[in-house]
Amino acid sequence: MHVPDGFFNAPVSVAAGAFAAAGVAVCLKRARNELNDRTAPMAGLVAAFIFAVQMLNFPVAAGTSGHLLGGALAAILVGPYTAVLCVAVVLLVQGFFFADGGLTALGINITLMAVVTSVVGWAVFRLITRAAPRSRGAVVAGSFVAAAVSVPVSALAFTLLFWIGGTAPIDVAAVAAAMGGVHVLIGLGEGLITALTVSSVLAVRPDLVYGAAGLRRNLVLRTADGEVPVEEPAPAPKGGLRPILVGGGLIAVLLAGVVSFYASGSPDGLERVAADKGFNAGEQESGVANWPLADYAVKGVENERLSLGVAGVAGVGLTVVAGGAVFYAVRRRNRVKADA
Amino acid sequence: MSAGHHHQLYRPGDTVVHRLPPQCKLLAAAGFAVAVVATPRESFWAFAAYAVMLAAVAAAGRVPPGFVLRRMVIEVPFVLFAVAIPIIGLGERVEVLGVSLSVEGLWAGWNILAKATLGVVASILLAATTEPRMMLLGAQRLRLPQLLVQIAMFMLRYMDVIMDEMRRMRVARESRGFVARDVRQIPVLAKSAGALFIRSYERGERVHLAMLSRGYTGEMPIIRDMSASLRQWGAAGLLPGLAAATAVLSWSLT
Repeated sequence: MHVPDGFFNAPVSVAAGAFAAAGVAVCLKRARNELNDRTAPMAGLVAAFIFAVQMLNFPVAAGTSGHLLGGALAAILVGPYTAVLCVAVVLLVQGFFFADGGLTALGINITLMAVVTSVVGWAVFRLITRAAPRSRGAVVAGSFVAAAVSVPVSALAFTLLFWIGGTAPIDVAAVAAAMGGVHVLIGLGEGLITALTVSSVLAVRPDLVYGAAGLRRNLVLRTADGEVPVEEPAPAPKGGLRPILVGGGLIAVLLAGVVSFYASGSPDGLERVAADKGFNAGEQESGVANWPLADYAVKGVENERLSLGVAGVAGVGLTVVAGGAVFYAVRRRNRVKADA
Repeated sequence: MSAGHHHQLYRPGDTVVHRLPPQCKLLAAAGFAVAVVATPRESFWAFAAYAVMLAAVAAAGRVPPGFVLRRMVIEVPFVLFAVAIPIIGLGERVEVLGVSLSVEGLWAGWNILAKATLGVVASILLAATTEPRMMLLGAQRLRLPQLLVQIAMFMLRYMDVIMDEMRRMRVARESRGFVARDVRQIPVLAKSAGALFIRSYERGERVHLAMLSRGYTGEMPIIRDMSASLRQWGAAGLLPGLAAATAVLSWSLT
């Protein structure tokens, strides 16, 4: 059910677009942490899977059939952030290549079908798997409830948007009742198929199910003497804090003092993103622009390389002092609390 | 690239519309959709003007009307909904052919029908004249995050593979006498979906390793010059420019 152009008025479309863009931006960042450079191929293939699975029609009741939305399923299989990205990409491709869903309604579609279903599905799933004992049954039951809840919630979100900025003169209560009623049924179907899909993946490759990460069992060797559990190799022993502090400090000074000169003059990632997104339009020259260290050079030191190096080292020193002060203050406060 | 390997949505050609850089076309289609949505629903003549503009683009891009009409099937569910609005709508009623219809509902149904149809046709023309890969490169030039573009690229590239796997599973199911009649058949479908997920995921892992061994660092090199000249921007701006003018005119007239 993709919303076409002209279904919602302009303000709601724009607001939903901004919301969807923000949600996708957050997920881009988090998904990169989840999958690093594997993100693009893996998420791409999972998106293709969701696209395919959305075409899988399942019978709901006699004569009617629904198709999977897939948000909750994706969230449980690959994690919520990657799931939002995958479903959003599916919607983008459907909008631009298949003309399914209006271009101006893209934000609404992504909000309703990617963000709401994945986030709600994942939240419900986590609630259930946290509360229940760790078992396959809990994961499967959680998948069922999560998917079954995510669909009507998405329908209710649609109704809410419709109430704010729908263009059709229909009684909101009627819309809510119709959407809610139908989608409770579709949700049950979605829940059933999601739970069974998760269960069949769990049976074959339980390591692929993101939501069942806590289920992993230790390796057991079956030898002539009976079963011998294999201990997980202990994580590398942690040394004292001192070597890290000293080494880190040295590296920071080295980087700041020497390497900084060779570093790229291009803006860093955040600045780049800000410039690209245009959200630094209102950015003001920093209030400390005429400080002695402004723009990473020391006034009064003529040699450019030396000046940059000195500024870098001084910057590191300042950062360490400031950071240390904050850390010290926080720790003292914690101690005071602990004493009290 | 060998011939005959193009996407079914894309109609290869060498017309003015095909040659325009993809980023220009993307912005043009989006701008056109915005102008259409912003038009008041009472200006019938404006919607007629939009339809003429799209017809001109289709003619310039040599996209046959039959192709567009066949692809417009995707809109059918919402056409049904738009038809239903006058019947269930609120407010003042009128009798048309013995059926009591809501006036406001008629307007709303017309509004959705007209705007959705124009938007759908604009997207169809965009997809028909732009190679999918180029469209994504154009989106990247418009500063869509690279990661998103890459995900979409991998998805497009492997979509047909995954769909084929699903089709093979369906053939296998049906050749064993499977018919999805009611809820009892859902477990079989779910097992297919599970197997499909595992296959897709494992294929993703293989693709990733294969790309790593070919020097993939998480970014795709762009080896084609994608810059657009001012003239090309001007040509692409014709459609949204005319549409915006029409929208402004229709506002000032109402």
